[in-house]
Amino acid sequence: MGAFSDGLARGRHEFPKNAKNSFVFMCFFSQFTFFSLTYVFFYYIVYPIKHFYGKQVWKLKSLTFSGGIHPLAEQDWKAATKASPLRVFAPASVVIPMRQHLGRPCAPCVKPGDEVLLGQMIGEPASPRDVPVHASVSGKVVAVEERPHVTAGMMLAVVIENDGQDKPDPSIQPRSAAEVEALRPEQLRDIIRDAGIVGMGGAEFPTHLKLDVKGKVDYLLINGAECEPSLTGDHRQMLENGDLVVKGAVLLMRACGAKECVIGIEGKPDAAEAIQKAAEGAREVRVLQLKVKYPQGAEKMLIASVTGRKVPAGGLPAAVGCVVDNVSTAVAVAEAVYEGAPLTRRSVTVNGAVGQPGNLLLRIGTTFRDAVNFCGGFVGTPQKIISGGPMMGTAVAEPDVPVTKGGSGITVFNQITDPVTVEGNCLRCGRCVEACPLQLTPQAISEAYLAERLDLCGELRADLCMKCGCCTFVCPAKRHLSQTVDLAKRALAAQGRR
Amino acid sequence: MDGTLEKMYVAPSPHIRDKHTTQRIMADVLIALLPAAAAAVYFYGASALLLMAASVAAAVLAEYVWQKANRQRVTVSDLSAAVTGLLLAFNMPASAPVWMPVIGAVFAIIIVKQLFGGLGHNFINPALAARGALMASWPSHMTSFVMPGADAVSSATPLGMIKEGAGTFADVTARFSLTDVLTGRIPGCLGEVSAVLLLAGGIYLIARKVIQPRIPVAMLGSMIVMLWIFGGEGGLFSASAYAVLYQVACGGAVLGAVFMATDYATTPVTPVGQWIFGAGAGVLAVIIRLLGTYPEGVSYAILLMNVAAPLIEKLTRPTPFGVQKPAGKKAGGSAA
Repeated sequence: MGAFSDGLARGRHEFPKNAKNSFVFMCFFSQFTFFSLTYVFFYYIVYPIKHFYGKQVWKLKSLTFSGGIHPLAEQDWKAATKASPLRVFAPASVVIPMRQHLGRPCAPCVKPGDEVLLGQMIGEPASPRDVPVHASVSGKVVAVEERPHVTAGMMLAVVIENDGQDKPDPSIQPRSAAEVEALRPEQLRDIIRDAGIVGMGGAEFPTHLKLDVKGKVDYLLINGAECEPSLTGDHRQMLENGDLVVKGAVLLMRACGAKECVIGIEGKPDAAEAIQKAAEGAREVRVLQLKVKYPQGAEKMLIASVTGRKVPAGGLPAAVGCVVDNVSTAVAVAEAVYEGAPLTRRSVTVNGAVGQPGNLLLRIGTTFRDAVNFCGGFVGTPQKIISGGPMMGTAVAEPDVPVTKGGSGITVFNQITDPVTVEGNCLRCGRCVEACPLQLTPQAISEAYLAERLDLCGELRADLCMKCGCCTFVCPAKRHLSQTVDLAKRALAAQGRR
Repeated sequence: MDGTLEKMYVAPSPHIRDKHTTQRIMADVLIALLPAAAAAVYFYGASALLLMAASVAAAVLAEYVWQKANRQRVTVSDLSAAVTGLLLAFNMPASAPVWMPVIGAVFAIIIVKQLFGGLGHNFINPALAARGALMASWPSHMTSFVMPGADAVSSATPLGMIKEGAGTFADVTARFSLTDVLTGRIPGCLGEVSAVLLLAGGIYLIARKVIQPRIPVAMLGSMIVMLWIFGGEGGLFSASAYAVLYQVACGGAVLGAVFMATDYATTPVTPVGQWIFGAGAGVLAVIIRLLGTYPEGVSYAILLMNVAAPLIEKLTRPTPFGVQKPAGKKAGGSAA
């Protein structure tokens, strides 16, 4: 500072008029000083304060996370279906794929011509880590063959002709409240496994594995966020089957040893009220209303919003004492434990360019075409059919794919709303950086990947991306950011395996 | 009907997009510049209009010809060239000959923007770089200012008068009051005349979410602090609020803070980095104004910070969710 004020004291009029060299020197010198100070400021003041207070103070903030997006009003089709009650639907025939969970496919244990009963096991799990597949209708097996599958291309499937009788399998026996009360956690987990229950939010991870936590579990979080635009199936489940949601939540708590349960609901005051009422008897169950923002229902975001805890990079929710299960999973667990019924149906929202958008309680294995025809058929010529919602759903190659356990919605586009095939230049506007809920820098990762700098992608932690699509959604240059980051993530994983 | 159902479009998610486009953003910038452009025409007449038209036309044409000649996709419809052209014209005095913005625009578009890869890849602001080039090549044309009005009486700018020592601060303010400075009744470049209209444009951009207020606030804020500390004639902290405000409203400070320093391509994408960028530009601008030979330091301050932007961005990269240490220390370990 001394030199600076000396210069001033001499008076600026006395400063050499033609001091080009000192001018240039001043500029570089001041920049150098500036950056050294910035560096010191960050590493010795900002980071330590953040580190110290991060755990104590910042978790008291409102129930949300940083980043995320709000879909445009015209893109959020929830309004079209949220008032439509769940309608039961069983088609004339079902196509039940042998892989409906994250793991090895099941081996079919029926053959064409066999008569099967509702809830009968038709696919044997390959190991105790895998879950079985059950018949979702009673009737005759007409084929065991490769059929189209949402994510796997083609997959071995059992095709059953529905006799419309719904004759139940004799193994389905309800349990009395006293019997349920007596079940130990490992027995509960076995029941959940044998009922073929997987994460019904879309991940299809076997629920019994998730519940088998070695360490201490503080919270069981029931995910009622349903932040995906156009899906309302969980919303309806909470309104219509609130008691089952709470019952399932209590069972899940017992199965994983959690002390407290929080049901997190994004907006949806009617659903929150219904669940609150249903949870009056259960003291350890709390209902929290979260801020409306996509992707509030992503596992890590939900945990951060509710508990303020951050799942460590590459870790599981159990690392911060949490287990997260979907609302529909809780309902399936309640039905499996109290009724003895395996998972054979689920709530599905049929939305978009269809006659009467609505929510169905349909049998696993119903083809998209049958479900859409039940909802008034396609409007116009369908161009794109999505399993799930428009932000994270998978576009299917043909309408004859069956609904699996993780399929929460069928969204039909009859015009391509995403026609952009030519990417513009990156403007470096920073919208993607602000939108990323995981605080990644999608624009930099994408650039590094396109420059074949996989090492940089790793440094920028492309491996953490959860493919929520926020960056691609906000990009004004319409660059395929989340898609490129996903490619980088896969390349890193492949590199790691080698 | 069923026969037509078989083939579906398949694409990775997400399947919906926000309505922001590059073109829309650039159109918003042009709209935000319009009030100040209108003021320039009001104060300086047809010559201002001619300069702006020539500059925009030259910029757009240069981009078109370059992309055609190199068989690239022609992107003049994204309006970014028009924005560069208009901003360049805003950096010209009304008395400049009409060939100057043409040369400047060609330099900005071809040398500064296209040679480095086009939109988003230039490392310094094209309009400011062109201003610098013109300033170095034809300094007399670039610094001969005229009074507003039809008779085009030449005059120094208020900052120039302070710099030249043509009188005390009181003499200068007696000639041009703060109101004159804010509304634009002063000699100067086309775009720096009316601080109020430029700020109105900035508020429009912030309201439309085209820019975040971080850089303008940090830059003008740090300029105010710096001028308050060092800007007085009687030593440290001797500057009055009036003098500080007067000096900030003068010259290209508002134009630079709102429209130049917020250029996406040449500023950090990280929010913290944007605060640092703005503050740094403000500090440098005042240092150049007070100690340098030029009366006006904003354009060089921004150019210097442009060069530093990649470094700032690297230092302020956010720590990814759930990562314990600052990301920089993790380097290498995760990639292996």
